[in-house]
Amino acid sequence: MNAEVGHYALVLALALALIQSVVPLIGARVRDGAMMAVAEPTALAQFGFVALSFAMLVSCYVGSDFSVRNVFENSHSAMPLIYKFTSTWGNHEGSMLLWVLILSFFGALVAAFATNVPPTLKATVLAVQAWIAATFYLFILVTSNPFLRMAPAPFEGRDLNPILQDLGLAIHPPLLYLGYVGFSISFSFAVAALIEGRIDAAWARRVRPWLLAAWMCLTAGIAMGSYWAYYELGWGGWWFWDPVENASLMPWLVGTALLHSAVVMEKREALRIWTILLSILTFSLSLIGTFLVRSGVLTSVHSFASDPTRGIFILAILVGFIGGSLLLFAWRAPLLRQGGLFAPVSREGALVLNNLFLTTACATVFVGTLYPLALEALTGEKISVGAPFFTSTFGPLFACLLVAVPFGPLLAWKRGDLMGVAQRLSGAFLVALIGLAASFALEGKPLLAPFGVGLALFVITGAVTDICERIGLLRTPLATVLRRAAGLPRSAWGTAFAHLGLGITLLGIVGETQWGAERIVSLKPGDKVAIRNYDITFERTFNRTGPNYAELAAAFTVRRHGEIVGVMEPSKRNFASRQMTTSESALMARGVSQLYLSLGDINPDGSVAIRLYYKPLVLLIWLGCVVMAFGGGLSLSDRRLRVGAPKPARAKTAAMAPAE
Amino acid sequence: MWTREGNARSRARPAWRFALIALALGVAQPAVAVQPDEILKDAGLEARARALSHELRCMVCQNQSIDDSDAPLARDLRVLVRERLTSGDSDSEVVDFLVARYGEFVLLKPRFAWHNALLWLTPAAAIVAGAVAMFAAIRRRRAVPVAAAPLSADEERRLAEVIDRAP
Repeated sequence: MNAEVGHYALVLALALALIQSVVPLIGARVRDGAMMAVAEPTALAQFGFVALSFAMLVSCYVGSDFSVRNVFENSHSAMPLIYKFTSTWGNHEGSMLLWVLILSFFGALVAAFATNVPPTLKATVLAVQAWIAATFYLFILVTSNPFLRMAPAPFEGRDLNPILQDLGLAIHPPLLYLGYVGFSISFSFAVAALIEGRIDAAWARRVRPWLLAAWMCLTAGIAMGSYWAYYELGWGGWWFWDPVENASLMPWLVGTALLHSAVVMEKREALRIWTILLSILTFSLSLIGTFLVRSGVLTSVHSFASDPTRGIFILAILVGFIGGSLLLFAWRAPLLRQGGLFAPVSREGALVLNNLFLTTACATVFVGTLYPLALEALTGEKISVGAPFFTSTFGPLFACLLVAVPFGPLLAWKRGDLMGVAQRLSGAFLVALIGLAASFALEGKPLLAPFGVGLALFVITGAVTDICERIGLLRTPLATVLRRAAGLPRSAWGTAFAHLGLGITLLGIVGETQWGAERIVSLKPGDKVAIRNYDITFERTFNRTGPNYAELAAAFTVRRHGEIVGVMEPSKRNFASRQMTTSESALMARGVSQLYLSLGDINPDGSVAIRLYYKPLVLLIWLGCVVMAFGGGLSLSDRRLRVGAPKPARAKTAAMAPAE
Repeated sequence: MWTREGNARSRARPAWRFALIALALGVAQPAVAVQPDEILKDAGLEARARALSHELRCMVCQNQSIDDSDAPLARDLRVLVRERLTSGDSDSEVVDFLVARYGEFVLLKPRFAWHNALLWLTPAAAIVAGAVAMFAAIRRRRAVPVAAAPLSADEERRLAEVIDRAP
């Protein structure tokens, strides 16, 4: 029964989306208030029905209803409850339902909370949002229906892939989807602006909260996925430049560019057309991220063959939305007038430079990911593009960008003073040089590392300098400083924190890649292996059973200078239902560094092969991303100032007072 | 082609790939990538072998270097690289040998050649083109100041209203 209710609710959502995609649009063109007003209730009801549909699928999973094919294929009655719940989206059909759930959620949020948007714009935005929603409801219903039954119902399910039986599945896909789908709002706003043929600074202010929310979630989602891969895969890597990862990085890069160009548009009315284009590109890359990967075309051309209708549907969606919106852009963008002027050296100029580097970085990743496919299709030649390519192209690009990061926020709008800014950054230069010299003295080789540390410290202290300059630290009395700090807009804090996070992540990357240590050895019980200041002793192996697996674990005692600091127990898990073995590595955090131990072959003579890593500063990589996302959140909490019509400066300060 | 072989463990990347992995069949083989018995006694040679392994693709895996992969083929290649190095080959000779045997597909960093020109030149071309466009735009717009369009009658009226209302 539940499955049928879920199925039917989805059909109703499709019907509502179809109405919403046509009626408000016509209403906005003929200025009919009643027709435009259709958009809000349909968007809210759509969310209600999709939520009901999703809840029904969850209930099938939690209740282990194996008569539903999707549940049978991806669940098992012995799984812990949390994995029964998360396996709802641990498969193609379910994850598509999660995708549309988030899409309709954002649509409902716009309907409910975007109160200051002019009615015609809002109606058009919601109509565009409904085009996307309707397409994907149709996609699910026609090609990927999770509610199909099978008769007779089997007694037991096939279990979820063991690698996915992890808390990461509860967090990573929802966050990533919140990011991908969140960018649909700025896309809808951009398309609506093109349809209306009108755009102004208020447009950027209205889009900004949605953009920030999506960016935050995507940042956190990518970081979470990276950490998941790091601890789950057992060889200690955290980024592989895999096509699937690249697909999530591309929207992040362009989305970050968009976040910055929207600031220029909001404050100075410049870069309007560029911002519209970036909005379209960001969501287009999100679509590519979700669906090309899902269809498997990136990693293997053969995946299309498994279900051709699905592949062709996806291709049609991509061509329709990306091609359609770009055509609309080419047709309507000339109608939009360019705004404010600025000198090359100015805040605007710095933000344009940021956009240049970020979009180039994105183009690099895009070409690196798709070039092998294109080359093989055109000439039959097969090449591989992997991590070494990206480190030698993307790396230098991003390093250049990072050098420029501290300068941007310190430059004045319209016309900046580069020498003055350099002077104000002299403290940051000094810290960077000290860091460079210190790390050179302490570690020496490899030579790249001290420069990386210097750059990271420059970015970090640059962000701190930005805040110090704004609140006048060391120049004015403490009371004034505190008052200024409290009065500083949250978005300024947000910028500083996001840039700070970037520096922290870089520091982690440098530490992990340049100074890490590794031991690959075979140990008998009682044997010791030393790494940095730690001694690891292999004690014994023992068997354990979990809810749906049996595992062989090995116990290792970790000592530092002779003192026991803990026990590490990596294991090999055997999942009987899928006949699969996974390797569970053991991690021990020491400050922000980690010891990482994973198990290899266990030999009949009682010896085990192990791979042991010492990963200095590795936790900073993800900590920095959390700080970045936190910065986004701070900026988002500035929303009261962002939403609504532009106010004169005096009114703005008055409005700021109660916020403190 | 290559995805059909290999074991599930070496193909699986949990992140971003949950749906694909769900399709992955086959029995995982418990093993780590580089194994203790492969490691060369000579630390210098071993370091070179590891550096080379990072640049070579395990051809039955999805985008993994032979250093990371635990597929049997990756092991064979690792052993082969070490054999060549021990017999006195230079790094580039080892790479040439592998490319001659397996094609350019084995390299994770494609060679700089005409058929890869687009790949290698895109970053530089994009940044140069972007910078040129940027400066051209700034220059053009500074040369021709935007002429303010005259206000319409309606706008004139609204402006007058606003000015009158101002304190």
